[in-house]
Amino acid sequence: MNQPHPRLPEFEYCQPKSSKEAVDFLDKHADQSRPYAGGTDCFNQVRDKRIHPQYLVDLKSIEGFQKIKFDKEEGLTIGATVPLNEIISHPKVKKHYPVLIDAAREVGGYQLRNRATLVGNLCNASPCGDTIGPCLVYHSKAHIVGPDGKYAVDLKDFFKGPGKTYLKPGEIIESISFPIPPTGAEGAYQSIGRNKFGDLAIAAVTVLGYEKKDNQSGYEFLLTLTAVAPTVIFADSAQDILKTLPITHGTIKRAASACDEACKPIDDIRGSANYRRDMIQMLALRGLEKTCKQLNIPL
Amino acid sequence: MELIKIQVTVNGSKEILDVFPNLSLLNMLRENLTLTGTKSGCEAGECGACTVLLEGEPVNSCMVLAVECSGLSVETIEGLSEEEPMRKLQKAFMDLNAIQCGFCTPGMLISAFALLKRNPDPSDEEIRIALLGNLCRCTGYERIISAVKKAAKK
Repeated sequence: MNQPHPRLPEFEYCQPKSSKEAVDFLDKHADQSRPYAGGTDCFNQVRDKRIHPQYLVDLKSIEGFQKIKFDKEEGLTIGATVPLNEIISHPKVKKHYPVLIDAAREVGGYQLRNRATLVGNLCNASPCGDTIGPCLVYHSKAHIVGPDGKYAVDLKDFFKGPGKTYLKPGEIIESISFPIPPTGAEGAYQSIGRNKFGDLAIAAVTVLGYEKKDNQSGYEFLLTLTAVAPTVIFADSAQDILKTLPITHGTIKRAASACDEACKPIDDIRGSANYRRDMIQMLALRGLEKTCKQLNIPL
Repeated sequence: MELIKIQVTVNGSKEILDVFPNLSLLNMLRENLTLTGTKSGCEAGECGACTVLLEGEPVNSCMVLAVECSGLSVETIEGLSEEEPMRKLQKAFMDLNAIQCGFCTPGMLISAFALLKRNPDPSDEEIRIALLGNLCRCTGYERIISAVKKAAKK
Protein backbone atom coordinates (compact mmCIF):
# COMPACT_ATOMS: atom_id res chain seq x y z
CA MET A 1 0.00 0.00 0.00
CA ASN A 2 3.04 2.31 -0.01
CA GLN A 3 2.11 3.86 -3.33
CA PRO A 4 4.63 6.61 -4.04
CA HIS A 5 3.63 9.88 -5.71
CA PRO A 6 3.00 8.78 -9.31
CA ARG A 7 5.41 11.29 -10.71
CA LEU A 8 8.01 11.59 -7.93
CA PRO A 9 11.19 9.67 -8.70
CA GLU A 10 13.09 7.80 -6.02
CA PHE A 11 15.30 9.66 -3.56
CA GLU A 12 16.50 9.34 0.02
CA TYR A 13 15.46 11.78 2.72
CA CYS A 14 17.58 13.06 5.58
CA GLN A 15 16.87 15.45 8.38
CA PRO A 16 20.03 16.97 9.88
CA LYS A 17 19.74 18.48 13.37
CA SER A 18 22.47 21.12 13.01
CA SER A 19 23.79 23.34 10.23
CA LYS A 20 27.18 21.60 10.54
CA GLU A 21 25.57 18.22 9.97
CA ALA A 22 23.65 19.62 6.97
CA VAL A 23 26.73 21.24 5.44
CA ASP A 24 28.87 18.11 5.97
CA PHE A 25 26.25 16.01 4.21
CA LEU A 26 25.69 18.49 1.36
CA ASP A 27 29.45 18.87 0.89
CA LYS A 28 30.00 15.10 0.81
CA HIS A 29 27.16 14.58 -1.68
CA ALA A 30 27.48 17.91 -3.52
CA ASP A 31 26.22 16.73 -6.91
CA GLN A 32 23.55 14.38 -5.61
CA SER A 33 21.88 16.35 -2.83
CA ARG A 34 19.50 19.24 -2.58
CA PRO A 35 18.56 21.37 0.44
CA TYR A 36 14.84 21.20 1.14
CA ALA A 37 12.67 23.59 3.17
CA GLY A 38 9.07 24.33 2.11
CA GLY A 39 9.52 22.28 -1.04
CA THR A 40 7.14 24.39 -3.13
CA ASP A 41 9.72 24.89 -5.89
CA CYS A 42 11.77 21.76 -5.22
CA PHE A 43 8.78 19.39 -5.37
CA ASN A 44 7.81 20.43 -8.89
CA GLN A 45 11.42 20.45 -10.10
CA VAL A 46 11.96 16.90 -8.81
CA ARG A 47 8.63 15.68 -10.19
CA ASP A 48 9.27 17.25 -13.62
CA LYS A 49 12.79 15.75 -13.57
CA ARG A 50 14.42 19.17 -13.95
CA ILE A 51 16.63 18.20 -11.01
CA HIS A 52 17.60 14.67 -10.01
CA PRO A 53 18.67 14.68 -6.39
CA GLN A 54 19.61 11.39 -4.80
CA TYR A 55 19.12 12.98 -1.37
CA LEU A 56 16.69 15.64 -0.14
CA VAL A 57 18.19 17.34 2.89
CA ASP A 58 15.34 18.73 4.99
CA LEU A 59 16.58 21.79 6.89
CA LYS A 60 13.44 22.29 9.01
CA SER A 61 14.74 20.47 12.10
CA ILE A 62 17.85 22.64 12.46
CA GLU A 63 17.68 24.75 15.59
CA GLY A 64 17.19 28.45 14.91
CA PHE A 65 16.19 28.01 11.25
CA GLN A 66 12.48 28.38 12.15
CA LYS A 67 12.87 31.68 14.02
CA ILE A 68 12.22 35.36 13.34
CA LYS A 69 14.22 37.71 15.59
CA PHE A 70 13.93 41.47 15.88
CA ASP A 71 16.21 43.88 17.70
CA LYS A 72 15.61 47.62 17.57
CA GLU A 73 19.29 48.25 16.82
CA GLU A 74 20.33 45.15 14.87
CA GLY A 75 17.12 44.86 12.85
CA LEU A 76 15.35 41.77 11.63
CA THR A 77 16.67 38.23 11.12
CA ILE A 78 14.55 35.62 9.34
CA GLY A 79 15.62 31.98 9.63
CA ALA A 80 16.03 29.81 6.55
CA THR A 81 12.87 27.76 6.99
CA VAL A 82 10.40 30.38 8.25
CA PRO A 83 7.30 30.15 6.05
CA LEU A 84 6.00 33.29 4.35
CA ASN A 85 2.73 33.42 6.31
CA GLU A 86 4.69 33.66 9.54
CA ILE A 87 6.62 36.63 8.14
CA ILE A 88 3.40 38.27 6.90
CA SER A 89 1.75 38.06 10.33
CA HIS A 90 4.78 39.11 12.39
CA PRO A 91 4.04 42.47 14.10
CA LYS A 92 7.62 43.80 13.83
CA VAL A 93 7.82 42.96 10.14
CA LYS A 94 4.47 44.71 9.65
CA LYS A 95 5.73 47.80 11.45
CA HIS A 96 9.23 48.14 10.02
CA TYR A 97 9.26 46.25 6.69
CA PRO A 98 5.74 46.58 5.22
CA VAL A 99 6.94 46.36 1.61
CA LEU A 100 8.28 42.86 2.28
CA ILE A 101 4.80 41.87 3.48
CA ASP A 102 3.11 43.38 0.40
CA ALA A 103 5.39 41.33 -1.84
CA ALA A 104 5.18 38.11 0.20
CA ARG A 105 1.36 38.26 -0.04
CA GLU A 106 1.70 37.99 -3.82
CA VAL A 107 3.27 34.53 -3.60
CA GLY A 108 0.71 31.81 -4.38
CA GLY A 109 -2.34 31.08 -2.23
CA TYR A 110 -2.59 30.97 1.57
CA GLN A 111 -1.87 27.26 1.89
CA LEU A 112 1.18 27.51 -0.38
CA ARG A 113 2.55 30.35 1.77
CA ASN A 114 2.26 28.12 4.84
CA ARG A 115 5.06 26.08 3.28
CA ALA A 116 6.96 28.46 0.97
CA THR A 117 9.90 30.22 2.62
CA LEU A 118 11.61 33.55 2.01
CA VAL A 119 15.01 31.89 1.74
CA GLY A 120 13.61 29.37 -0.73
CA ASN A 121 12.21 32.18 -2.86
CA LEU A 122 15.65 33.84 -2.86
CA CYS A 123 17.61 30.63 -3.54
CA ASN A 124 15.30 29.75 -6.41
CA ALA A 125 16.64 33.01 -7.92
CA SER A 126 13.79 33.45 -10.34
CA PRO A 127 13.83 36.78 -12.22
CA CYS A 128 10.17 37.10 -11.15
CA GLY A 129 10.69 36.20 -7.46
CA ASP A 130 8.32 38.50 -5.58
CA THR A 131 10.29 38.85 -2.35
CA ILE A 132 13.64 39.67 -3.99
CA GLY A 133 12.89 43.36 -4.70
CA PRO A 134 11.97 44.21 -1.08
CA CYS A 135 15.03 42.33 0.22
CA LEU A 136 17.19 44.46 -2.09
CA VAL A 137 15.68 47.86 -1.17
CA TYR A 138 15.89 47.02 2.54
CA HIS A 139 19.64 46.20 2.05
CA SER A 140 19.35 42.68 3.39
CA LYS A 141 22.22 40.23 3.75
CA ALA A 142 22.32 36.47 3.26
CA HIS A 143 24.12 34.64 6.08
CA ILE A 144 25.76 31.64 4.50
CA VAL A 145 27.27 28.57 6.12
CA GLY A 146 29.38 26.14 4.16
CA PRO A 147 32.41 23.86 4.30
CA ASP A 148 34.68 26.94 4.67
CA GLY A 149 32.71 28.43 7.56
CA LYS A 150 30.20 31.24 7.93
CA TYR A 151 30.07 34.54 6.09
CA ALA A 152 27.54 37.15 4.93
CA VAL A 153 26.83 38.49 1.43
CA ASP A 154 24.86 41.59 0.45
CA LEU A 155 21.80 40.36 -1.35
CA LYS A 156 22.57 42.70 -4.27
CA ASP A 157 25.62 40.50 -4.99
CA PHE A 158 23.80 37.20 -4.46
CA PHE A 159 22.01 36.69 -7.78
CA LYS A 160 24.03 35.61 -10.81
CA GLY A 161 21.28 34.80 -13.32
CA PRO A 162 18.01 32.91 -13.62
CA GLY A 163 18.26 30.09 -11.06
CA LYS A 164 21.90 30.95 -10.35
CA THR A 165 23.20 32.33 -7.07
CA TYR A 166 26.40 33.05 -5.20
CA LEU A 167 26.00 29.77 -3.26
CA LYS A 168 28.71 27.21 -3.86
CA PRO A 169 28.16 23.45 -3.56
CA GLY A 170 27.67 22.45 0.06
CA GLU A 171 26.63 25.95 1.14
CA ILE A 172 23.25 26.92 2.55
CA ILE A 173 21.68 30.16 3.77
CA GLU A 174 21.10 30.12 7.53
CA SER A 175 19.18 33.37 7.66
CA ILE A 176 18.48 36.72 6.01
CA SER A 177 19.11 39.87 8.00
CA PHE A 178 17.62 43.31 7.44
CA PRO A 179 19.03 46.49 9.02
CA ILE A 180 16.56 48.97 10.55
CA PRO A 181 15.22 51.01 7.59
CA PRO A 182 15.96 54.77 7.48
CA THR A 183 13.64 56.83 9.70
CA GLY A 184 10.34 57.62 8.02
CA ALA A 185 10.94 55.24 5.09
CA GLU A 186 7.84 54.39 3.08
CA GLY A 187 7.42 52.18 0.08
CA ALA A 188 5.30 50.11 -2.22
CA TYR A 189 5.33 46.83 -4.13
CA GLN A 190 3.42 46.98 -7.40
CA SER A 191 3.07 43.91 -9.55
CA ILE A 192 1.03 42.68 -12.44
CA GLY A 193 0.22 39.05 -13.19
CA ARG A 194 -2.33 37.16 -15.26
CA ASN A 195 -4.60 37.03 -12.19
CA LYS A 196 -5.18 39.79 -9.68
CA PHE A 197 -3.39 37.84 -6.92
CA GLY A 198 -1.23 34.80 -6.54
CA ASP A 199 0.20 34.50 -10.05
CA LEU A 200 3.85 34.84 -11.01
CA ALA A 201 4.69 38.46 -11.84
CA ILE A 202 4.74 39.55 -15.48
CA ALA A 203 6.48 42.64 -14.16
CA ALA A 204 6.84 44.23 -10.73
CA VAL A 205 8.42 47.27 -9.11
CA THR A 206 9.56 47.79 -5.52
CA VAL A 207 9.95 51.38 -4.25
CA LEU A 208 11.43 52.57 -0.96
CA GLY A 209 11.68 56.33 -0.33
CA TYR A 210 12.88 58.43 2.60
CA GLU A 211 14.14 61.92 3.40
CA LYS A 212 17.86 62.47 2.78
CA LYS A 213 19.08 66.01 3.28
CA ASP A 214 22.39 65.44 1.41
CA ASN A 215 20.58 64.80 -1.87
CA GLN A 216 19.59 67.79 -4.03
CA SER A 217 15.99 66.62 -4.11
CA GLY A 218 15.97 66.10 -0.33
CA TYR A 219 14.94 62.46 -0.81
CA GLU A 220 16.41 59.08 -1.65
CA PHE A 221 14.36 56.58 -3.61
CA LEU A 222 15.37 52.97 -4.21
CA LEU A 223 13.66 51.22 -7.12
CA THR A 224 14.01 47.60 -8.17
CA LEU A 225 12.53 46.01 -11.27
CA THR A 226 11.30 42.40 -11.31
CA ALA A 227 10.79 40.01 -14.25
CA VAL A 228 12.35 42.33 -16.84
CA ALA A 229 15.99 41.13 -16.73
CA PRO A 230 17.88 37.90 -15.91
CA THR A 231 17.87 38.97 -12.24
CA VAL A 232 15.92 41.55 -10.23
CA ILE A 233 17.76 44.84 -10.86
CA PHE A 234 18.04 48.36 -9.46
CA ALA A 235 16.78 51.12 -11.78
CA ASP A 236 19.92 53.26 -11.40
CA SER A 237 19.05 56.10 -13.76
CA ALA A 238 15.57 56.48 -12.26
CA GLN A 239 17.15 56.61 -8.79
CA ASP A 240 19.60 59.30 -9.97
CA ILE A 241 16.78 61.45 -11.35
CA LEU A 242 14.95 61.24 -8.02
CA LYS A 243 18.14 62.19 -6.15
CA THR A 244 18.77 65.37 -8.10
CA LEU A 245 15.50 66.89 -9.32
CA PRO A 246 12.80 68.38 -7.07
CA ILE A 247 10.15 65.72 -6.48
CA THR A 248 7.16 66.71 -8.62
CA HIS A 249 4.75 64.66 -10.69
CA GLY A 250 6.87 65.52 -13.74
CA THR A 251 9.99 64.16 -12.02
CA ILE A 252 8.43 60.87 -11.00
CA LYS A 253 7.02 60.44 -14.52
CA ARG A 254 10.51 61.01 -15.90
CA ALA A 255 11.97 58.54 -13.42
CA ALA A 256 9.30 55.95 -14.29
CA SER A 257 10.13 56.33 -18.01
CA ALA A 258 13.84 55.94 -17.20
CA CYS A 259 13.14 52.47 -15.76
CA ASP A 260 12.87 51.33 -19.37
CA GLU A 261 16.64 51.86 -19.83
CA ALA A 262 17.54 49.23 -17.23
CA CYS A 263 15.19 46.56 -18.65
CA LYS A 264 16.21 43.62 -20.80
CA PRO A 265 12.88 41.76 -20.89
CA ILE A 266 12.06 38.63 -22.86
CA ASP A 267 8.89 37.29 -24.47
CA ASP A 268 7.44 34.36 -22.58
CA ILE A 269 4.19 32.60 -21.81
CA ARG A 270 3.13 35.34 -19.38
CA GLY A 271 3.80 38.40 -21.52
CA SER A 272 5.78 39.91 -24.36
CA ALA A 273 8.94 41.96 -23.90
CA ASN A 274 7.17 45.07 -25.20
CA TYR A 275 4.25 44.60 -22.80
CA ARG A 276 6.73 44.23 -19.93
CA ARG A 277 8.49 47.47 -20.97
CA ASP A 278 5.18 49.34 -20.93
CA MET A 279 4.03 47.79 -17.66
CA ILE A 280 7.27 48.40 -15.79
CA GLN A 281 6.96 52.14 -16.43
CA MET A 282 3.32 52.18 -15.36
CA LEU A 283 4.08 50.15 -12.20
CA ALA A 284 7.03 52.42 -11.34
CA LEU A 285 4.80 55.48 -11.68
CA ARG A 286 2.11 53.92 -9.46
CA GLY A 287 4.69 52.83 -6.90
CA LEU A 288 6.29 56.30 -6.81
CA GLU A 289 2.89 58.03 -6.56
CA LYS A 290 1.91 55.80 -3.64
CA THR A 291 5.25 56.28 -1.89
CA CYS A 292 5.17 60.09 -2.35
CA LYS A 293 1.67 60.16 -0.90
CA GLN A 294 2.85 58.18 2.14
CA LEU A 295 5.80 60.58 2.51
CA ASN A 296 3.39 63.55 2.28
CA ILE A 297 5.18 64.94 -0.78
CA PRO A 298 2.69 67.12 -2.69
CA LEU A 299 2.75 66.20 -6.39
CA MET B 1 14.93 3.67 -1.39
CA GLU B 2 14.45 2.67 2.21
CA LEU B 3 11.21 2.61 4.16
CA ILE B 4 11.05 5.10 7.00
CA LYS B 5 8.92 4.59 10.11
CA ILE B 6 6.80 7.61 10.94
CA GLN B 7 4.30 8.38 13.67
CA VAL B 8 1.65 10.88 12.68
CA THR B 9 -1.59 11.93 14.34
CA VAL B 10 -4.39 11.90 11.78
CA ASN B 11 -7.77 13.23 12.87
CA GLY B 12 -6.78 12.64 16.48
CA SER B 13 -5.68 9.04 16.11
CA LYS B 14 -2.04 8.03 16.25
CA GLU B 15 -0.84 6.20 13.13
CA ILE B 16 2.47 4.37 12.81
CA LEU B 17 3.40 3.81 9.18
CA ASP B 18 6.35 2.64 7.11
CA VAL B 19 6.62 4.99 4.13
CA PHE B 20 8.95 5.57 1.23
CA PRO B 21 10.61 9.02 1.16
CA ASN B 22 8.84 9.93 -2.09
CA LEU B 23 5.32 9.27 -0.77
CA SER B 24 3.32 12.49 -0.57
CA LEU B 25 1.09 13.28 2.39
CA LEU B 26 -1.83 13.26 -0.08
CA ASN B 27 -1.12 9.69 -1.17
CA MET B 28 -0.45 8.61 2.39
CA LEU B 29 -3.92 9.83 3.38
CA ARG B 30 -5.71 8.43 0.33
CA GLU B 31 -3.84 5.17 -0.25
CA ASN B 32 -2.48 4.11 3.13
CA LEU B 33 -5.27 5.42 5.36
CA THR B 34 -8.14 5.35 2.80
CA LEU B 35 -9.16 8.90 3.71
CA THR B 36 -10.40 9.73 0.22
CA GLY B 37 -12.22 12.93 1.21
CA THR B 38 -8.96 14.70 0.40
CA LYS B 39 -8.89 14.95 -3.38
CA SER B 40 -6.01 14.55 -5.80
CA GLY B 41 -6.21 17.34 -8.39
CA CYS B 42 -3.27 19.05 -10.09
CA GLU B 43 -0.57 17.61 -7.80
CA ALA B 44 1.37 20.83 -8.32
CA GLY B 45 0.14 23.07 -5.51
CA GLU B 46 -2.17 25.03 -7.80
CA CYS B 47 -5.74 23.77 -7.31
CA GLY B 48 -6.08 23.25 -3.53
CA ALA B 49 -8.28 20.12 -3.87
CA CYS B 50 -5.82 18.32 -1.58
CA THR B 51 -5.87 20.95 1.19
CA VAL B 52 -5.57 19.54 4.72
CA LEU B 53 -4.59 21.04 8.06
CA LEU B 54 -1.01 20.34 9.12
CA GLU B 55 -0.48 21.45 12.72
CA GLY B 56 -3.71 23.42 12.35
CA GLU B 57 -2.65 25.36 9.22
CA PRO B 58 -3.88 24.62 5.69
CA VAL B 59 -1.32 23.15 3.29
CA ASN B 60 -1.40 21.48 -0.11
CA SER B 61 -0.93 17.83 0.89
CA CYS B 62 0.28 17.00 -2.64
CA MET B 63 3.41 19.06 -1.93
CA VAL B 64 4.28 17.69 1.49
CA LEU B 65 6.24 14.48 1.95
CA ALA B 66 4.73 11.96 4.34
CA VAL B 67 8.12 11.61 6.08
CA GLU B 68 8.06 15.30 6.96
CA CYS B 69 4.89 14.77 9.00
CA SER B 70 6.44 12.48 11.59
CA GLY B 71 5.48 13.80 15.02
CA LEU B 72 2.95 16.24 13.56
CA SER B 73 -0.84 16.33 13.48
CA VAL B 74 -2.91 16.25 10.31
CA GLU B 75 -6.63 16.93 10.04
CA THR B 76 -8.67 16.06 6.98
CA ILE B 77 -12.24 16.81 6.00
CA GLU B 78 -13.32 13.53 7.64
CA GLY B 79 -11.95 14.61 11.00
CA LEU B 80 -13.35 18.12 10.99
CA SER B 81 -16.95 17.40 10.05
CA GLU B 82 -18.24 17.54 13.64
CA GLU B 83 -16.30 20.64 14.60
CA GLU B 84 -17.49 24.25 14.42
CA PRO B 85 -17.37 26.29 12.25
CA MET B 86 -17.17 23.33 9.83
CA ARG B 87 -20.78 22.25 10.46
CA LYS B 88 -21.99 25.79 9.75
CA LEU B 89 -19.90 25.91 6.60
CA GLN B 90 -21.18 22.57 5.34
CA LYS B 91 -24.78 23.62 5.97
CA ALA B 92 -24.26 26.99 4.24
CA PHE B 93 -22.62 25.27 1.23
CA MET B 94 -25.66 22.97 0.93
CA ASP B 95 -28.26 25.70 1.55
CA LEU B 96 -26.78 28.01 -1.07
CA ASN B 97 -25.87 25.32 -3.62
CA ALA B 98 -22.21 26.25 -3.41
CA ILE B 99 -21.42 22.77 -4.75
CA GLN B 100 -21.79 21.37 -8.25
CA CYS B 101 -19.49 18.47 -9.03
CA GLY B 102 -18.14 18.62 -5.46
CA PHE B 103 -14.53 17.81 -6.29
CA CYS B 104 -13.13 21.09 -4.93
CA THR B 105 -15.50 21.15 -1.94
CA PRO B 106 -13.36 19.39 0.74
CA GLY B 107 -10.43 21.71 -0.03
CA MET B 108 -12.69 24.76 -0.15
CA LEU B 109 -14.22 23.84 3.20
CA ILE B 110 -10.85 23.36 4.86
CA SER B 111 -9.53 26.70 3.58
CA ALA B 112 -12.77 28.41 4.65
CA PHE B 113 -12.59 26.66 8.06
CA ALA B 114 -9.03 27.92 8.58
CA LEU B 115 -10.10 31.43 7.51
CA LEU B 116 -13.00 31.57 9.97
CA LYS B 117 -10.75 30.29 12.76
CA ARG B 118 -8.33 33.18 12.25
CA ASN B 119 -10.90 35.79 11.19
CA PRO B 120 -14.49 35.03 12.27
CA ASP B 121 -15.99 37.96 10.31
CA PRO B 122 -14.19 38.22 6.97
CA SER B 123 -15.06 40.68 4.19
CA ASP B 124 -15.81 39.49 0.65
CA GLU B 125 -12.28 40.42 -0.40
CA GLU B 126 -10.73 38.58 2.56
CA ILE B 127 -12.72 35.46 1.64
CA ARG B 128 -11.65 35.71 -2.00
CA ILE B 129 -7.99 36.10 -0.99
CA ALA B 130 -8.18 33.22 1.51
CA LEU B 131 -9.70 30.89 -1.12
CA LEU B 132 -7.30 31.99 -3.85
CA GLY B 133 -5.43 28.69 -3.67
CA ASN B 134 -8.63 26.66 -4.23
CA LEU B 135 -9.88 26.40 -7.78
CA CYS B 136 -13.49 25.58 -8.69
CA ARG B 137 -14.38 24.89 -12.31
CA CYS B 138 -18.17 24.73 -11.78
CA THR B 139 -19.72 27.32 -9.52
CA GLY B 140 -18.13 30.59 -10.63
CA TYR B 141 -17.21 31.16 -6.95
CA GLU B 142 -20.07 33.58 -6.12
CA ARG B 143 -22.11 30.98 -4.21
CA ILE B 144 -19.01 29.76 -2.39
CA ILE B 145 -18.20 33.31 -1.23
CA SER B 146 -21.85 33.77 -0.13
CA ALA B 147 -21.80 30.45 1.75
CA VAL B 148 -18.65 31.37 3.68
CA LYS B 149 -20.23 34.74 4.53
CA LYS B 150 -23.42 33.04 5.67
CA ALA B 151 -21.50 30.58 7.88
CA ALA B 152 -19.52 33.45 9.39
CA LYS B 153 -22.68 35.37 10.31
CA LYS B 154 -24.40 32.45 12.05
